[in-house]
Amino acid sequence: MRKTRAALPELSELQTVQHFTRLSRKNFSVDTALQPLGSCGTRYTPRGADSLAMLPEFLARHPEAPEGHSQGFLACLYDLQEMLRVVTGMQGISLTPAAGAQGEFAGVAMIKAYHAARQEFERDEMLVSAADHGSKQASVVMCGYKVRSIPTKPDGDIDLASLKTMLGRRTAGVMLTIPSGLGVFDRGIEAVAALVHGVGALLHCDGVNLTAILGKVRPGDMGFDVVHLDLHKGFFAPHGGGGPGAGPVGVSASLLPYLPVPIVGLAGDRYSWLCEQERPESIGRLSAFAGNAGVLLRVYVNLLMLGREGITRVAEYATLNANYLLKELMKAGFEAVHPDRRATHEFGVTLRRQVRELEVSSRDISKRLLDYGVDAPATWFPPIFPECLLLKPAETENKETLDRFVGAMKSILKEAETDPDLVKGAPYRLPVRRLDDVRAARDLDLAWKPANG
Amino acid sequence: MLGAIGVDSIEALFDEIPDRLLCGTLEAMPTAVSEVDASRLMSARARLDGVPTCFIGAGAYDHYVPAAVWQIAARGEFYSASAPCQAEASQGTLQLLYEFQSMMAALTAMDVSNASLYDGASALAEAVLMAVRINRKSKSRRVLVPKSLHPAYRRVAGNIVRNQGIVLEELPYDPAGGHIDPVLLQQYDGLDITALVIPQPNFFGVLEEADTLVEWARVNGAVTVAVVNPLSLSVLSPPGEWGERGVDICCGDGQPLGAPLSSGGPYFGFLCCRQAFVRHLPGWIVGRTLDVDGKTGFTLTLHARNRRTRRSGAASNICTNQGLMVTAATIHMALMGAEGLSRTAASCHSNTLRLGERLSMLPGVSIRFDRPVFHEQVVTLPVAANGVLRTLAAHNVLGGLDLSRDYPELGNAILCCATERRTAEEIEIFTGRLERAVALQGGAPCRLQPKGW
Repeated sequence: MRKTRAALPELSELQTVQHFTRLSRKNFSVDTALQPLGSCGTRYTPRGADSLAMLPEFLARHPEAPEGHSQGFLACLYDLQEMLRVVTGMQGISLTPAAGAQGEFAGVAMIKAYHAARQEFERDEMLVSAADHGSKQASVVMCGYKVRSIPTKPDGDIDLASLKTMLGRRTAGVMLTIPSGLGVFDRGIEAVAALVHGVGALLHCDGVNLTAILGKVRPGDMGFDVVHLDLHKGFFAPHGGGGPGAGPVGVSASLLPYLPVPIVGLAGDRYSWLCEQERPESIGRLSAFAGNAGVLLRVYVNLLMLGREGITRVAEYATLNANYLLKELMKAGFEAVHPDRRATHEFGVTLRRQVRELEVSSRDISKRLLDYGVDAPATWFPPIFPECLLLKPAETENKETLDRFVGAMKSILKEAETDPDLVKGAPYRLPVRRLDDVRAARDLDLAWKPANG
Repeated sequence: MLGAIGVDSIEALFDEIPDRLLCGTLEAMPTAVSEVDASRLMSARARLDGVPTCFIGAGAYDHYVPAAVWQIAARGEFYSASAPCQAEASQGTLQLLYEFQSMMAALTAMDVSNASLYDGASALAEAVLMAVRINRKSKSRRVLVPKSLHPAYRRVAGNIVRNQGIVLEELPYDPAGGHIDPVLLQQYDGLDITALVIPQPNFFGVLEEADTLVEWARVNGAVTVAVVNPLSLSVLSPPGEWGERGVDICCGDGQPLGAPLSSGGPYFGFLCCRQAFVRHLPGWIVGRTLDVDGKTGFTLTLHARNRRTRRSGAASNICTNQGLMVTAATIHMALMGAEGLSRTAASCHSNTLRLGERLSMLPGVSIRFDRPVFHEQVVTLPVAANGVLRTLAAHNVLGGLDLSRDYPELGNAILCCATERRTAEEIEIFTGRLERAVALQGGAPCRLQPKGW
């Protein structure tokens, strides 16, 4: 038995409500400010999707409830599997990975299982695009593969010549993001797929940016063998300050047997769980139950309300917003990372020139943006471009918001020219000023300690 | 906007995608429905599943969540906040995560906590990987995992660590007590064991001899990983105080702290450890620091060894946390306090004992294990469990989890839990229904004769 009571707060309900309401007001959020953050996108979740996913029966459903008490819930998941199958053009979907990174891991694990089943154990390398997200390396290493980095050409597309020399009998798979982490659609994707399949390797797609091409072009049609989605980034589940996410995976016919469980099956008019027993070749389960079911329900309702017309509109408006913002920023004197390319739903702007001439960094400019009431774009991402800002204005932003953003960028540029210290000292109007990250890592203070303890 | 970009149609923005790849209208994707129609569909499906009286636990518990918890957590400023990449614009989320870490450290009596992982099962996988990284002296990568640990946790951990040469070795449970008999560990004395996993309470609800197990591990150079129910820690001895020095790593699922059952997710996993191992702790960690004016603020820290900046050799692919679930849990813990949590725990426990007493008065029904339990226990029936459970479900009672698939050696056994939400009346109804259901399956004769017989 516990000897001393845990040091938890002792508060009244009102005190608790006041404290956390006060905290909430120290956040930027989609509901309160423009979120142009590239890479790790944040989207608006329609309130309807939210409340319908939280009907009391759904909230009260136990994960081990018998199938007789689950037909309504299972029908939703089954329909979602089918919708995602259609929009990705893949042969099968498993909804269970709990986030994009877990979906990414599942993809690599399935590739591993595929080669193991064919006894091709000499395949020990995974080729990863240099422009890609840093989690890939870890997912690959967790599956026991070595990572090799594929270069991109100056125009942002994969360097086919280099790829050709890297592919071989040791290649297990190739991992790309499409549209890429640089915000461009790789025009050579068919050639990449042909080369990869030519050596018996599989092609893995990070679907984090699929929102930009929804209803236009599908990973399955481009030749991908596996794709994972980030539902709390591209598919309108709430970001929640980090999560929960959901990272469904879709696969081509060759990887079908290995999909993670559970999956929802339909026989006649009866829905059922397909688990380890029904799918013995599966890479297995990745969370105790069925992943982040509540997130999946939100995405399902969203897709219901968007329909086939809506998903295309999302891609179109997101792309329109990004290209408009890019052009306006270029007019304002900012340099695009890929000026000759179409932006997808995001694009990079490099501040190399400003950094050199004005001695302010991309980080300073990001922090100053916060003073203008705009959340900052991703800075230094992708890391292969110095002083880069990656911008992703979501499809839900209107022209006025984008113009306001351009206005803020222009006036920060002017400030940087006339009073660089003002920009370097930003932010000023937030609950705290610039924080000391070095101190945070050196003098670790990760939990409150009672004064007398 | 099109004019500013210099194109005459929105389709022109997609001109870098090869024409032959365009998918055209996706006929298989349904057309959009209005929010009214979506509401009608979702409500009908929710009603189909109903809200049966739940006596299933097994890792997901039907606790009451005070109204204030989700009313505050669902505020747009938390709900739609992006990841706290710009610390100054995310002080609400970051301070809340620091408070979460502090409360988890207090509850577990460990030095530090991370800011959460996907769920309890995947948190165990991360804990095992962490144990292997910490225990540099051990070369075997052998991890002892008791069979009394949740079967899904064992599978998930296995699936995630499988490709890294780690061996999860099953420790049998004592057939009479349902716990790990410490005598069994003697066969491993002096062998190279990397880590020992200790569930408390274990899957059967049975309490392990945690102090003895921790001491065995310490003497034998194995890292200890506790898997605990956070609610139980308000009354049971916390892992930081087991044995002479406490455990090294502690993990579990945070669902009992404010997450609705919601079909198994989203919940959140937590992971705590000794200060000495903090640099091996995966996931987000928030630290307290100062801003340039010397004012206290909070920021993500220690991600130098995380995937964010050091791309190759990152040990974990975790990129986010379960943000919103942690927000709810933090508010939940603050609202309940140590006193409230311990009352809930005590109430669950006494309800479960009461249920056990009532059920074991039925002919042929008995409590399976003779060791003390916490708020969950295994009940043996005189007939096959699945038929009985099906009959109960037809009467809207979920009578427990059938153990025959994962533990066939236990015979006709079910795992039952009565949380604080179950009333004495519901327990009586369950008892009566169970008696009839057993009789229906040809078990012990029914003592209650039908009317007019």
